[in-house]
Amino acid sequence: MKPTPDKKPPEMTLLRAEHISMSFSGVEVLKDVSIACRAGEVHAIIGENGAGKSTLMKILGGYLSPKSGQLTENGKIITLQSPSAAEVHGIVLVHQEILLAPDLTIAQNIFLGRELTRGPFVNDREMNAQANVLLRGLSTDIDADTKVSNLSIANRQLVQIARALSVPHRVVIFDEPTASLTLVESEALFKVIASLKAQNCAVVYISHRLNEVKRISDIVTVLRDGKVVAERLTSELEPSEMARLMVGRELAQLYPPKQFVGKQQVALEVDDFNVPGFVRHASFQLRYGEILGFAGLVGAGRTELFEGIAGLRPAMGRIMRDGAEIKIANFHQAETAGIVYVTEDRKGKGLLLASDLVMNLTLAATRKFSRFLLMQSGAEREAYRKAVSEFDIRAKSSAMLAGQLSGGNQQKLLFAKMMTMGPKVVIFDEPTRGVDIGAKGQIYEFIAGLAAKGMAVVVISSEMPELIGLCHRAIVMHGGEIAGEVAGDQMTEQEIVVLATGIARKAA
Amino acid sequence: MNFQNIMTRFDLRTAAPFIALTILILMGSLVHPNFLTFGNLVQNVATRTSFIAIIAVGATFVMAAGGLDLSVGSMTAFVASAMLIFLKSQEADAGVGLIALSMILALGLGAACGTINGAVTTVGRIEPFIVTLGTMVILRSLSTYLANGGSISISPDLKDLYGPVYKGAILGIPIPLLTVFVIAIIGSVLLYRTSFGRHVIAVGSNEDVARYSGISVSRIKLATYIIQGICVGIAVTLYVPRLGSANSATGLYWELQAITAVVVGGTPLRGGAGRIWGTVAGAFFLEIIGNILTLSNVNVYLIGAVQGTIIIVAMLVQRSLGKRV
Repeated sequence: MKPTPDKKPPEMTLLRAEHISMSFSGVEVLKDVSIACRAGEVHAIIGENGAGKSTLMKILGGYLSPKSGQLTENGKIITLQSPSAAEVHGIVLVHQEILLAPDLTIAQNIFLGRELTRGPFVNDREMNAQANVLLRGLSTDIDADTKVSNLSIANRQLVQIARALSVPHRVVIFDEPTASLTLVESEALFKVIASLKAQNCAVVYISHRLNEVKRISDIVTVLRDGKVVAERLTSELEPSEMARLMVGRELAQLYPPKQFVGKQQVALEVDDFNVPGFVRHASFQLRYGEILGFAGLVGAGRTELFEGIAGLRPAMGRIMRDGAEIKIANFHQAETAGIVYVTEDRKGKGLLLASDLVMNLTLAATRKFSRFLLMQSGAEREAYRKAVSEFDIRAKSSAMLAGQLSGGNQQKLLFAKMMTMGPKVVIFDEPTRGVDIGAKGQIYEFIAGLAAKGMAVVVISSEMPELIGLCHRAIVMHGGEIAGEVAGDQMTEQEIVVLATGIARKAA
Repeated sequence: MNFQNIMTRFDLRTAAPFIALTILILMGSLVHPNFLTFGNLVQNVATRTSFIAIIAVGATFVMAAGGLDLSVGSMTAFVASAMLIFLKSQEADAGVGLIALSMILALGLGAACGTINGAVTTVGRIEPFIVTLGTMVILRSLSTYLANGGSISISPDLKDLYGPVYKGAILGIPIPLLTVFVIAIIGSVLLYRTSFGRHVIAVGSNEDVARYSGISVSRIKLATYIIQGICVGIAVTLYVPRLGSANSATGLYWELQAITAVVVGGTPLRGGAGRIWGTVAGAFFLEIIGNILTLSNVNVYLIGAVQGTIIIVAMLVQRSLGKRV
């Protein structure tokens, strides 16, 4: 680890995390991480998905207790048992996910759990007034008496920021706050951050958007695989260098060599496809033997586009399979057409966590394991044995429950399950989310193997290095529309970010 | 070899209802000499339990898929009333053919009621609790209307002809009890050995996972309500020959007894698992408690209170066994 630049006197350090380590079910996610939050300074934490940023933030915010290491405030060790304990120390965390009660008003959410009262009754008028003051500070004119369920995702994020700032605060942690904000709202947020800085608060800022980091932060810490790989002054670090530090490893080792795709037949053609509320006028072609990436920010509509194509949500538009137009109204029809969508949400939509591995494996194709209407347990066990060796699923026994497997093994089981459907076109949504680096390499090899066997493959991913390392070309989406396509030498993080943030568009 | 392996093979939770039933029978035999006799236990208790047991097998499917059917008691009354009216109207042609026809009618009506429950729940996307609460009231009202507020009976001749279906026995085993076993065997093959059964469990444990696996969630749910309706129909074909009549008390609170049997049998209320034989054991469990209390001269008015307490205790035991996972 590089030495901390000490341009400010040490008494200005409000909160310090020292030698923090953390692991979940045996997987180490943070290793000996130390960072300092200084007054009047914006400290950016960057890293790939799974680098441990959010875990570190949760430790700072009192949501998790570290396995080892400590937090110090002005040199004194503090232990944060809960978020409210952190608030006592003036540490507040603005979450990446929306954690609001949708049926309550903005003011009720902001003061949830610490309602203002007059006598035995809640003082709605005072809470609304104070909440409105906070909202105006965020340059928004929504009324605090509005129900949260009536707000857009961006406005909900603003409410979360307002709630965090409603507590007396000295250290404010933002976990990817702009992920669901548009440019206008992001600008308002940057003003808030500037004013926090002026009030001598310490700001910790996590973001994937490196240009943003360059613009608003004073110091950058780069996390990779749970370790601090660099801590530099932002003025000395260009976004391209940040990206290099984030990825770090030799890409060639992680990604299998790309096979040449000749003029293969078009497997899937989508024309003017619309998913109401999410995707407008999407058109693209996918060839056999090809791995086509889909890049974009959270909320760009990538998942919704492919859920629409797979018949999992209502959609309109033309789908051509091997040149013939087909109608897909449900997932079963997509499966019949040889199209299979592998969900990004393996715990919520992919696997039955409380069921055993064999049941999970055969669930999507139970009829293939039936004879005379009866399930053939012999055939099922045989399929399980094959899947274990083909996908390298590491399980103690087939009687284990899917929920007991590690993330990587769950993902492999999910792949094995979807492959029992016998697809020709496979769509992988965030195939390596929450998967450790070893399993990642295996998953890439497996995906490349499918393409090499002639299948048409789509990979939706928010990890740009993954798209660049794995895909033949990538389509970038922004705000529900296809913003452009990159291939070959043009397939760089820079180029993808420009398209994904809506700064530029180009014809696919 | 090792203890862990044996424990995973022998699931205490699955076995619990049968262990409880065994303990209860042992207790009963200590309490009263007449308890453990063929006449009491098989001809009296088991035969009387058969309606609830058959309906509860159907309820196991509905609940395993994460649904609920509160209308089964009223459905019994409605189907029984309709069947009796049909029999009465054709009394002139009384014969085995007529009885067979009326039985088919009962099964068809049950299936139709189940289809309505299932269709409104799935197509209308309304909570099954509300839907079946509605049909419970509707069917109760319809059956009272059919009986014109009183009761519907068939002629003694016809009752004598149909009677053996309830009172008869094959190899000494009463027909209703045999029917329970046949239904439970069919039910367990369907639930544990077929593709459909897998899908029921998958829908009950996580609808999204089922949908993302290409399973038609609505079709599976609809099918469970139809199975429930058919089971009610079968129970009615055994109930009608018992008394040869139906009235406003027919099937009263049967939905509660059926749900209790299912839950005591080890099927979780939230779905995702189904225990057919546990359900059957659960149904007998409830009836045997009542029988033991009657034999030991407990005040009749207090039997319900004791039954309720035992059910809650049984569930607490189940819950504590579940914590090991």
